[in-house]
Order: sequence, then structure tokens, then C-alpha cells
Amino acid sequence: MSNKSVKYLTGPFSANNPVIVQILGICSALAVTVQLKPAIVMALSVTVVTAFANLVMSLLRNGVPSRIRIIIQLVVIAALVILVDQVLKAYVFEISKQLSVYVGLIITNCIVMGRVEAFALANKPWPAFLDGIGNGLGYGLILVIVAFFRELLGSGTLLGFRIISESWYIGEGGWYSNCGLMLFPPMALIIVGCIIWVHRSQNKDLQEK
Amino acid sequence: MESLNIFIRSIFIDNMVFAFFFGMCSYIAVSKSVKTALGLGAAVTFVMTMTVPLNYLLYEYVLKDGALAWAGLPDVSLDFLTFIVFIATIAAFVQLVEMAVEKFSPTLYSQLGIFLPLIAVNCAIMGGSLFMQQQVDGGQLNSLWHSVVYGLGSGLGWWLAIVMMAAIREKTTYSHIPPALKGPGIAFIITGLMGIAFMIFSGIKL
Repeated sequence: MSNKSVKYLTGPFSANNPVIVQILGICSALAVTVQLKPAIVMALSVTVVTAFANLVMSLLRNGVPSRIRIIIQLVVIAALVILVDQVLKAYVFEISKQLSVYVGLIITNCIVMGRVEAFALANKPWPAFLDGIGNGLGYGLILVIVAFFRELLGSGTLLGFRIISESWYIGEGGWYSNCGLMLFPPMALIIVGCIIWVHRSQNKDLQEK
Repeated sequence: MESLNIFIRSIFIDNMVFAFFFGMCSYIAVSKSVKTALGLGAAVTFVMTMTVPLNYLLYEYVLKDGALAWAGLPDVSLDFLTFIVFIATIAAFVQLVEMAVEKFSPTLYSQLGIFLPLIAVNCAIMGGSLFMQQQVDGGQLNSLWHSVVYGLGSGLGWWLAIVMMAAIREKTTYSHIPPALKGPGIAFIITGLMGIAFMIFSGIKL
């Protein structure tokens, strides 16, 4: 792949991250991160939807009048999300139950809409597809970081496997106890706030005056 | 009594922002001044109060499993179409509101700028409809009136959250925040702390 394509793919990881730099798609980024597994499934679903929405809209970009483009985008995205929802229900039913309404909310996830508006409508299909994958993965990266801390500190497991030994817990005669607050929604916000803090102190050009 | 319970619960306990993170994108981006926040909050509340009952009717009489019994088709289930029908209702309704605001309040229109059309993709509004669907399936919401109350309460909860946030952010202009935290960083942390404060309401039942 050429240099440019690599840039479309990796740009959204840090310098142009959809969640912590563009502040897009936060609703779902926070709600599904109590455990690592649903977070990964969500990240993959969003990547698929963003990539294909970008591809389809980029193919249609010359035929769509700009007055009605929002409705057309919504229809394309909603159709893709219905497909993803049906696949999740068929193959990973338990996780799709855990994700509940948040799968449907991929439709209104600003990342999908934002990338279609900002990138796909002005670029060729292949770069648009790569941009979609890149942004989906950049979003997934933040999801995984937040879910890692919340699951590890909140329930002492990762992907359902026990990391913090049972014998450390107070109930078993040890000294450790889970931080129950991690399981509540507000902690997700605070963790994202801290990620932004760390990221911006490394990238001084992103700081606000 | 039941409807009062739904109302209070949707404003304080199941608050759209603090409990479910709905509508965070516009919540963070538009909460820089109280005036704009009031305008957007009003628009969201209005759209939600109208679209949740509309979607309730569509779900109850067209989409739900067996909902088409009145048309002589008791075995048909269209519930896989839920997402697309809900979003179409919302997008069409937002278009209407946009035209109305442009006509009657050009100042508000220019202030809200890009966020007015984006109400269509505000997760709070889609989220309200999807939670309505979930509660209908769970049997907690069972009349048109309840869905009106639920839509209104959720909208007011969102409005309350964004106005509180805007008021706090106006004050933070005068405080010394580490440069890397300025802007979205501190907004997230403040929201988290407000969310912890809102947790005191959990468990209230009327």
C-alpha cells in the first residue's frame, strides 16, 4: 500500500482520533465499556458500519443532491446497522443482549455520520473505505482502553478471565476489594477525561488556548 | 401516579446524559454558553416529546410482533424494520422543526448553526425511542400517554443536564485548568462528577 493509504488508516489512531480529538461517537464509547468483550464486539461493528457506509456514500457521491443527502445517508447507515444487528443476534446472542439499544444507536453514532459528511462525500471509494476502517479502529482503541481499566479495577477480570487472584479479596482473608464505582457510568466519563489529559499533554498542538 | 413516576424517573434517575451518555457529542460541543444550551435543550425536548409517541404508535400498531392483527395479518412481524422506521420519523420531524425555527427565530437559527440538522443524529432522540421500545416489550410503558410523559421527561432531563453543564463551563473560564485538560477534557470530568451527584436519586419511587 502507498504511503497515503497508510496515513488514512493510522491517522485516526492518535493525531486525529475520532473520540478524544474530534469528540465524536461518545455515547456508545462509554456505555458498552463495563466489560472488555462487548467493547470489542461494539468496536468491530462500528468499524464495519463506518467502512461500508463510507464506501457506499463515496460511490453515490456524484448522484446524490446535497439537499437530501442526510436522509440518504441515514437510510444507508440504518440498513447496514440492521444487517450488523441481525448478524450479532445470530452468532453472539448473549453479547447482543448486553449491548441492547446501543447497537441501534450506531445509526446515530456521530463517527459514522461525521466521516461520511467530512470525508466520503469528497473522496474516491478506496480512500473512503480505508478512512472508515481507520476511524472505526481509532474508536475501538479508546473503547478497549476504557474497558480494560473498568473491567480490571471494577471486577478483577479481563475478557471474563480472573486476573486478580481470589485469595487477595477481603472475603477470602486478603486485603483487596473491587472498586465498585468503576461499574457505574460516571467513571467512564472520568477515564475518558484522563485519557484526553494524557494525550494532549503529549500532543501540545491539540491543546486549547 | 404511574405517569408521575415515569416522569420523575426519566428526568432524574434514568437521566439521558448521566446514566446513558446519550447525546454526548452535542452536549460537549454546544455547552459553551448558557443561551445556546437553552436553545438546543428546548429543541431537543420538543422533538423528543413529539417523536417518542409517534414512534410508539408506529411500533404498537405496525412493527411489533403481531401488531398488524388489525389489518388481518396476525402472523406478520416487522420488528427488524424498527431502526429504519424510527430514524425516518425522527429525520422527517427534525426537518420540520428546522424550517419552523428558521422562519420564526433567525437569531436562534444562526446560533445553533450546524447542530440543528444534527438533532436528527442526536443519540438522545434515537435513544429515547429505542428505550421506549424496550420498555414496551418489558411491559413498563403501556399507553400513548405514558410514552408522551416518557419523551417529555427524558427531554427535560437532557435539557437540565446541558444547561447545568453550560453554567459550570462559563465559570471555568476564570479558573486555572492545566492546559492539556482545557476544553473537552475538563468537560468530561465535570460531567462524571455531576453523574456521581445524580446517583443519589437512584432508588426513588413515587
